[in-house]
Amino acid sequence: MNGLTFDIAHLLAGSLVLISFMMLYQDRLFALINVFALHAVVLALSVAWQAYIQDAHHLYITAAIALVFKAIVIPVGLHRIIQRLGIHRDIETAVGIGPTMLAGIGLVTLSMVLMLRVTPEADPLAREDLAFALSIILLGLLVMVTRRNAVSQVVGFMSLENGLVLAATGAKGMPLVVEISVAFSILIAFIVIGVFLFRIRERFDSVDIGALDDYRGERR
Amino acid sequence: MNSTVALLLCGPAAFLATTIMAAGASRLAAATRLVYGATLVISAVLLATAAGHLAGNPGEASATLPLGLPWTGARFRLDGLSAFFLVVVNLGGTITSLYGLGYGRHESLPHRVLPFYPAFLAGMNLVVLANDAFSFLLSWEFMSLASWALVMAHHRDEANRRAGYIYLVMASFGTMALLLAFGLLAGPAGTYAFDAMRTAHPGPFAAGAVLVLMLLGAGSKAGLVPLHAWLPLAHPAAPSHVSALMSGIMTKVAIYGFVRVVFDLLGEPAWWSGVAVLLIGGVTAVLGILHALMEKDLKRLLAYSTIENIGVIFASLGLALAFKANGMPSAAALAFTAALFHVLNHSFFKSLLFFGAGAVLTATGERDMEKLGGLIHRLPVTSFVFLIGCVSISALPPFNGFASEWLVFQAILRSPELPQWGLKVIVPAVGGMLALSAALAAACFVKAFGITFLGRARSAAVERAHEVDRWSLAAMAVLAAFCLLAGILPGFVIDSLSTVTLPLVGERMPVQMAQPWLSIVPIAESRSSYNGLLVFVFITISASLAAFFIHRFASHALRRDIAWGCGFPDAVPAGQYTAVSFAQPIRRVFGGFAFRSRETVDMPAPGALEPARLKVEMHDVAWEIFYQPITGAIDFATERLNHLQFLTIRRYLTLVFLYLVILLLVLALWP
Repeated sequence: MNGLTFDIAHLLAGSLVLISFMMLYQDRLFALINVFALHAVVLALSVAWQAYIQDAHHLYITAAIALVFKAIVIPVGLHRIIQRLGIHRDIETAVGIGPTMLAGIGLVTLSMVLMLRVTPEADPLAREDLAFALSIILLGLLVMVTRRNAVSQVVGFMSLENGLVLAATGAKGMPLVVEISVAFSILIAFIVIGVFLFRIRERFDSVDIGALDDYRGERR
Repeated sequence: MNSTVALLLCGPAAFLATTIMAAGASRLAAATRLVYGATLVISAVLLATAAGHLAGNPGEASATLPLGLPWTGARFRLDGLSAFFLVVVNLGGTITSLYGLGYGRHESLPHRVLPFYPAFLAGMNLVVLANDAFSFLLSWEFMSLASWALVMAHHRDEANRRAGYIYLVMASFGTMALLLAFGLLAGPAGTYAFDAMRTAHPGPFAAGAVLVLMLLGAGSKAGLVPLHAWLPLAHPAAPSHVSALMSGIMTKVAIYGFVRVVFDLLGEPAWWSGVAVLLIGGVTAVLGILHALMEKDLKRLLAYSTIENIGVIFASLGLALAFKANGMPSAAALAFTAALFHVLNHSFFKSLLFFGAGAVLTATGERDMEKLGGLIHRLPVTSFVFLIGCVSISALPPFNGFASEWLVFQAILRSPELPQWGLKVIVPAVGGMLALSAALAAACFVKAFGITFLGRARSAAVERAHEVDRWSLAAMAVLAAFCLLAGILPGFVIDSLSTVTLPLVGERMPVQMAQPWLSIVPIAESRSSYNGLLVFVFITISASLAAFFIHRFASHALRRDIAWGCGFPDAVPAGQYTAVSFAQPIRRVFGGFAFRSRETVDMPAPGALEPARLKVEMHDVAWEIFYQPITGAIDFATERLNHLQFLTIRRYLTLVFLYLVILLLVLALWP
């Protein structure tokens, strides 16, 4: 493994983490979706780079899937959903941006410490990749937890999936089947959640999931 | 696959086929006859096969069926121990089916009993045959659930529903303990076959944990104090022939589980394991029979008396463990044989007594002894066989109860040879407890027989009672004959048990059938011997002579009584001795610590017109000490955790997220 390939892989994975942080402080839905599209583009680049350095051609397909679906189809679809729902002006975060960022930094530290400790013998590239992937997964969860709006929770969920794809491609010899299934699961989740959003909307005139809680007669 | 094991495995399959048939046909009029007839035949075949194996070829035979867990299959095995318990189970099954042919006709809801009855028999047979932890636990649970369904047969009754609920909770608790015990025995390699467990000896800590878990798991099914709480509720709730199976047979299957693990799979025992089992057995015996004495419901009295007998058996098993641990195989063989002999005997007389209680229930519709009385005139045959059951369970010669309890005491008398001082002190103390429980058992069954069958009728139902059908009487008569036969031919039983004791404790009792005049000599002629036949002949002759003299001379003698007294001291049947008044002296002696009982006398002032009242307050101490705190804690925790059910989606996500982060933190900080 020469220095340049490692550095580029490291750079791309690191940028994914950085973009996950960017998602944390977006308080407009359109901006959030744009950042997510960027996330998917960088993921596609990272996967393509992995395909190049591992000489694994099937990973190019994974990269293409990521680019087409996650960077183009899903963001465009979500844009249309938001416009149809008329919620593009909503500002929503459940927790303040400062504490969220601090928590995110803590999570990244945790995943670094953990992954570097439990995988001392692994290939250094795979180690770094796994550590970054865990950070992205945790940050995706954090996005889901700190948002009230169902759309942004969907975005958080999909960025979490991006972390999974990164982890899967970082390790050598993961068969294509896995990645395709991951991609499809995201697509299906997107469709299901999209349908679900409209159902909620029809019922409550809002996609703020707080409305569900109000419906159940619960305090928040 | 061995043909004997194949035949024995066909039995449970046939039972299950009968279950399916019964589920389909249970509403037909002939279903009762059909189902009990089928189980009678199947049990008899299984009994003959198992008895043939026990008597003829003491070897082992095993079989693996491609069922159950993938790649492992279900293993079954037949050796001396399982053959003996198969005899107990199927002898009980045969006679209970015979009884069921008659008793089942009075069943108001046959479709709730018939399908589960063969399933219950199948479960018990499979437990005894199982040779790996998975099939054992599966059959065990099957047995528990089938018997639970039978307990819930009359579920409209609130008390039965409560009994079923407590039984279900305790059965799952017991199975959990068994699961953990087998997990410890399987070790990290996860070898669930008994053959592998037998060769892998766990360390002392693991062995101790397995012993405790087995006492919890098998003990809760058998009814050891303080895990007995479900037993006096559930056993009487089922129809009487099922009560007989549960009390007489299922508790024995639990003992089989304990013996299989502790004597067979666990390897060499530590000496203190004997102490634990001995003490629990002694306490169980005394508390069980004290509870039985206080009871006035006939079937619950019998259920409590089962607890006492289980205590005796466990005390004897504990003694065998202590002897085995100290390298005294002949004494261990004596104690172990005594335990198994008592297992067989208890299955005879407890089934007999439950059948008798069922006959009384059929004839009068009453289980409460305070409403019975004088039944000896209405049910002469039932009362005669019930009397034989009472005499046997009270351990009076020449019946079988005496023979096995005498063997237990012979084993206790060898305790001075034990090296540990702890055992030297504890064994005689437990012996004292067993002697006390034997005496109390006699008092208890004097009460059970006297209040139920003697005296005068206490309710109108008794006066209308008729003798029960011939099937039931035949079943009871067969059991009564077995009680007598096992009492006067104990040597035959002891010799048959030698193939069971030899592999498990490494020694057998001396050959008894070679002794002259059917005597049994457990240790040496110089120490003790017992001849049931001689005692029987002596009792028969002396009793006949006494009866002859009384009838010849006393009956014809002139008797005088007060005028207008009609020969009775008191004209009101309610003025007779009652069950509670009979037990009062014993309650006064033991009630203080065993039941925390209190008596208050409410005496009105002179001249006042209200009646005086005697109030007795009794507590079930085991229930209050062990069960109430646990149920209280569970209620408290569920109350506190209840609001977790109504969180928002985001909060749930947050909880999952926090939990994940905490787990990762633990992983990161773990040294």
